[in-house]
Amino acid sequence: MWDYTDAVKDHFLKPRNVGELEGANAIGETGSLNCGDALKLYLKVNKNERILDASFMTFGCASAVASSSALTEIIKGMTLDEASKVTNDDISDYLGGLPKEKMHCSVMGQSALKKAIANFRGVQILEKPGEMVCECFDVTDLEIIDAVKANDLKTTEDVTNYLKAGGGCGKCLERIEQVIESVKAKG
Amino acid sequence: MNIIYTDNNATTKVADEVLEEMLPYFGELYGNPSSMHTFGDKVGKKLKQARQRVADFINADPDEIIFTSCGTESDNAAIFSAINAYPEKKHIITSNVEHPAINNLYKHLEKTQGYAVTYVPVDKKGRLNLALLYSSMSDNTAIASFMWANNETGVLFPIADIAKKAREKGILFHTDAVQAAGKLPIDVKANGVDMLSLSGHKIHAPKGIGVLYVKKGFKFSSFLIGGHQEKGRRGGTENTASIIGLGKACELAQKNLPVMNTRVRELRDYLQNQLLEKIPSCSVNGDLEQRLPNTVSIGFDAVEGESILLMLDREGICASSGSACTSGSLDPSHVLMAMEVPFKSAHGSIRFSLSHYNTKDEMDRIITALVPVIQKLRDMSPFWKDGRVV
Repeated sequence: MWDYTDAVKDHFLKPRNVGELEGANAIGETGSLNCGDALKLYLKVNKNERILDASFMTFGCASAVASSSALTEIIKGMTLDEASKVTNDDISDYLGGLPKEKMHCSVMGQSALKKAIANFRGVQILEKPGEMVCECFDVTDLEIIDAVKANDLKTTEDVTNYLKAGGGCGKCLERIEQVIESVKAKG
Repeated sequence: MNIIYTDNNATTKVADEVLEEMLPYFGELYGNPSSMHTFGDKVGKKLKQARQRVADFINADPDEIIFTSCGTESDNAAIFSAINAYPEKKHIITSNVEHPAINNLYKHLEKTQGYAVTYVPVDKKGRLNLALLYSSMSDNTAIASFMWANNETGVLFPIADIAKKAREKGILFHTDAVQAAGKLPIDVKANGVDMLSLSGHKIHAPKGIGVLYVKKGFKFSSFLIGGHQEKGRRGGTENTASIIGLGKACELAQKNLPVMNTRVRELRDYLQNQLLEKIPSCSVNGDLEQRLPNTVSIGFDAVEGESILLMLDREGICASSGSACTSGSLDPSHVLMAMEVPFKSAHGSIRFSLSHYNTKDEMDRIITALVPVIQKLRDMSPFWKDGRVV
């Protein structure tokens, strides 16, 4: 059984801000039924780009629900500029930490938030730069390089825990290993 | 809180009668069964009785029973022995829904020893593609190994038919009967198997004891090399108390077979049918007929298994999921994927596996608990709206 913190359990069993948000003017979606987890984030943002309210709908495991719930609590009252600086570590810290195999749940929160902010500002999220590595979970080599550098990831397993890359069909595991090696080689 | 235990394919309660039979051999009767004194021989005699009981349970001769430490060791010993017996044959046949004890061993043999492995696929109901299986048998095949019953879905493979075809082609046949034992009659002679694995803790004996049946005449090579125990086929001083417990458990399992196939089957069917009736958008995984009497795997659309389990856990209900998030991997179980169960229900699949200790009242409590759990999770799922999957 996962060693979830009391905060994770609490946010899972009594999630805050669940459901569609009436009057929402920004939506960010990430994940899919196939992936095994997905998050739809709703924001109500005023003229001054302040988040007045936030809610979520999540399909996934306990830590996915808890991460979504925590995210909405963190960003309520922030400006979009402030919210855009929220990272997956902030979400994990808010919950007193997540098991390392579950870090991708917090990454999912960060990604939905980015998309919601872009949605409000009418910015198109451009086609992701870089070369596609994991087709199952839509992860590029540049994303893997960023995650490896930022979190000092050492193995393909670490990368899967953070980005889900390689956690589906597994065909890209070798490619992920090469990317990790290339980061190591460049120091 | 009263625990409702419906995870018997994971492990079972040690039966009171089994524990009682074992206790003296943890205490005053600690002798070594190989010793040249009456004190040790007392244990030796009891071990002999246990071996006879296990043999009777599967219609084997006592000499054909090798005690091991677990089902995994039995599987490994069987496969390694087969490939040692036929070192020139570099092909192996199995299914794509086997337990990791077989599956990962074959992956290892592919990688390290150049074996070619045919993983015979199953259809949407979890049934083997027999035509492909039979056509893959060749002179180069060292062993064919198929589980008798699937741990996740309970779907049964036609062991007697496959064993017959293997024999005709001169191919050794092994079956992992860990899940079938205690739920169906197991007769090694009638089914014509060469080797068969059992595990104690799935049939109300303790963990840490397994059995490998090896048909007389096969040149078995030891997996664990050491002393003369098990007629030189498995070194190591016998796990006396557990072997004695397993003997008793086999006797009880034989006695309980009719109960398993009447009362337990009825309970399972009741649980299954009530859930199908009371919860929209859910479906049973696997063939409904060719299936263990105690197992049901049921997929709930648009919700995720770990979340269901943790909410059931709050009600004291023990079940398991074929879902990703209970293990490190993120994909749904390889069994459900092999059956092409759609993602929408594969991620939300829960397995209930019953024993004769379960009651109708417990089934009612599971049904009462599960209906609102699924509703609550669907209420927060982005893939559920107005009573259906979106």
